[in-house]
Amino acid sequence: MSAILPPAERLWWKHPLDRVEGTWIAIALIWCLIMFFMMVGWHIYGKQNLSTETYKTTPEKFSAHAQAMVDQYTVRTETADKTPVVAPPAGSDIYMIARLWSFWPILELEKDKTYRLHLTSMDYNHGFSLQPANINIQVVPGYEHVVTVTPNQSGTYSVVCNEYCGINHHTMVGRIYVK
Amino acid sequence: MSTTTTYRTCPRSGLQFEANAEKLMLANAVAAVVFLLIGGILAVGVTLTRWPAIHWLQADTFYQVLTAHGIDMLIFWIIFFEIAVLYFCSSTLLRCRLATPRLAWLAFALMVIGAVTNNVAVYQGGSSVMMTSYVPMMAAPSFYLGLILFAVGALIGCFIFFGTLVIAKRDKTYTGSVPLVTFGAVTAAIIAVFTIASGAIILIPTFLLSVGVIDKVDPLMYRQMWWAFGHSSQQINVAAHISVWYAVAAIAFGATPMSERVSRGAFLLYILFLQLASAHHLLADPGLSTGWKVVNTSYFMYFAVLASMIHGLTIPGAIEVAQRKKGLTKGLFEWLRKAPWGNPVFSGVFISIIGFGFLGGISGVMMGTEQLNMLIHNTVYVPGHFHATVVVGTTLTFMALTYFLIPVLFRREMIAPGLARWQPYLFGLSMYFFCLVMMGAGTLGVSRRHWDMAFSGHALAYEWPGVAYLMMGLVGIAGIAAIVGGAIYIYVTVGSLLWGKRLDEGAKSAQFTPIPRTAPSAAVQSYGSMGFAAPGTFSLAMVFLVAFVLYYFINWKYLSQLWGLS
Repeated sequence: MSAILPPAERLWWKHPLDRVEGTWIAIALIWCLIMFFMMVGWHIYGKQNLSTETYKTTPEKFSAHAQAMVDQYTVRTETADKTPVVAPPAGSDIYMIARLWSFWPILELEKDKTYRLHLTSMDYNHGFSLQPANINIQVVPGYEHVVTVTPNQSGTYSVVCNEYCGINHHTMVGRIYVK
Repeated sequence: MSTTTTYRTCPRSGLQFEANAEKLMLANAVAAVVFLLIGGILAVGVTLTRWPAIHWLQADTFYQVLTAHGIDMLIFWIIFFEIAVLYFCSSTLLRCRLATPRLAWLAFALMVIGAVTNNVAVYQGGSSVMMTSYVPMMAAPSFYLGLILFAVGALIGCFIFFGTLVIAKRDKTYTGSVPLVTFGAVTAAIIAVFTIASGAIILIPTFLLSVGVIDKVDPLMYRQMWWAFGHSSQQINVAAHISVWYAVAAIAFGATPMSERVSRGAFLLYILFLQLASAHHLLADPGLSTGWKVVNTSYFMYFAVLASMIHGLTIPGAIEVAQRKKGLTKGLFEWLRKAPWGNPVFSGVFISIIGFGFLGGISGVMMGTEQLNMLIHNTVYVPGHFHATVVVGTTLTFMALTYFLIPVLFRREMIAPGLARWQPYLFGLSMYFFCLVMMGAGTLGVSRRHWDMAFSGHALAYEWPGVAYLMMGLVGIAGIAAIVGGAIYIYVTVGSLLWGKRLDEGAKSAQFTPIPRTAPSAAVQSYGSMGFAAPGTFSLAMVFLVAFVLYYFINWKYLSQLWGLS
């Protein structure tokens, strides 16, 4: 009875299984369940879980929030485009706009303090890829994603767009400072 | 539709080919190889541009070439070949005529027109939207129209497959149940129907959006529905290439499935759970609940992973049992050492099984773990993973199957058998290395679909670590080696078709010869050691498990060092 011929035993579901198969199925099943409960367990005990807090938004509404934050907390500007560097207080709502082809503004955060980071896109899909920490989040237009972040190391972080967003996609990079 | 037809019994394999089915298999396989050739040429552009030291193409050309490479390889090459596999698994394995051959030609024509339309749209330049074409970024209407036509053709192909099963049953060309390989093909076809329906649900509105009939497609809804098409289309591959693995084990070794119940049960798990994996692409998205993500991404408690782990054991296990029956019983691995390593049909499949499991399988579970996905989403780890599944898994398997089909279906003597003997090693092993270094670069965060990792001239440029550049350089070298391997495959296949010596086509008859009833097999337990029929395979499986467990927890350790996120 070959795999390319009909099974000789009509009742193939009664075909005995070898010990090697039974043993492996048992081991594999246990491993599958461990992996499943690991994900669930990390939601209870782990400290890195992606928030699901999401609101519908529009570019106008989101820009207004971001602009208010920039107006209130800008500490300096950087680069030839005079991109504002914003240092909002710990625990506050902070905004980062993704658009063709930049992240705006630059944020300055404090180590071990928690912030509510609001993300959205003004146009296409973008990717929020925080480097070198390597945290990657999808940024979808029309949806405001609120992610609670607690930087655990000081330094200069880059935000690289890692969702293809058109011809200048590779020039889309922003920055977050952690003091 | 009843048609007169003839049945040919191949003198080399004993397989019986119905005339209409044979021509259609040939046409679909040839179309597949043409798209593999186009995709392979495009791969040169992608590889040489992402190799940082060469950085060959301009940005706009690069994104255009990458879009075409993705669609030609992931959709057109593979699905054309899969339609040929479906016809083979129904008409040939069940020795019956193919249902509605004229409709099958219509399906083929639609697929060709669709594929060409889509390709032309991409080459015209206004549709460099990547395979995923996420709205609101828009391509030309003909881009979507091409995909829709292709999908309709493929859907007709699936129904012809189902119709052929009905004919075989009605004409009583076999008794009892369909062969395991056909059972696997049924799995692939069921998944294909789900896939194509999902594609239609999202691509038709997007097409209407592109011509201005409707004014909005929700970007998040698009992502969810598109992935029910985009990821599921790769699940067709999994079911199809695993069926081919079983077929090759049977053809090359006369291996019988260790247990029909286990293997068919595993295919059943695919039908029930594999499709949930579309969620893998949405784990880093806003708007979806944690419960939805966890249940879907894990195929409801990893039942589809369980199925893959079962196939990963039972296929080499069946080969081991067959080899041990032939007296290769020394130690754990004599059966493997003395396997026909010079036969590309076997070596291709074996390299594919190992690479699919160790590289594609393990990395896939990492990416599909809800929290770990944050480390990987949209980095080059992702293409590293799917080159291991789709290229090492599906493409290499289809290449190996082609070597079997050249004398059997194409009726030609293979040209350059020496080259063919080396091809799976060159192609498969360079793809192993390609995937490994790509996943290495992805672990360092390097983005996928990105023209310039140096951010040249940008005030806020991010400087990747030197190792990331090294890894991407190695990706380039390995990629070129794999492309050479692919070129050899095309040369051998197309060359054999054009210049290979014609082989005897065998006896023809106007009537099918039913499949004789096979004698019940002896229980497999009579061979092997430690009470195990396949102890060598079991020890390989344990090596796999240890690698899997270690790598899994290493990634959790890495995750635990990130910023706090909640």
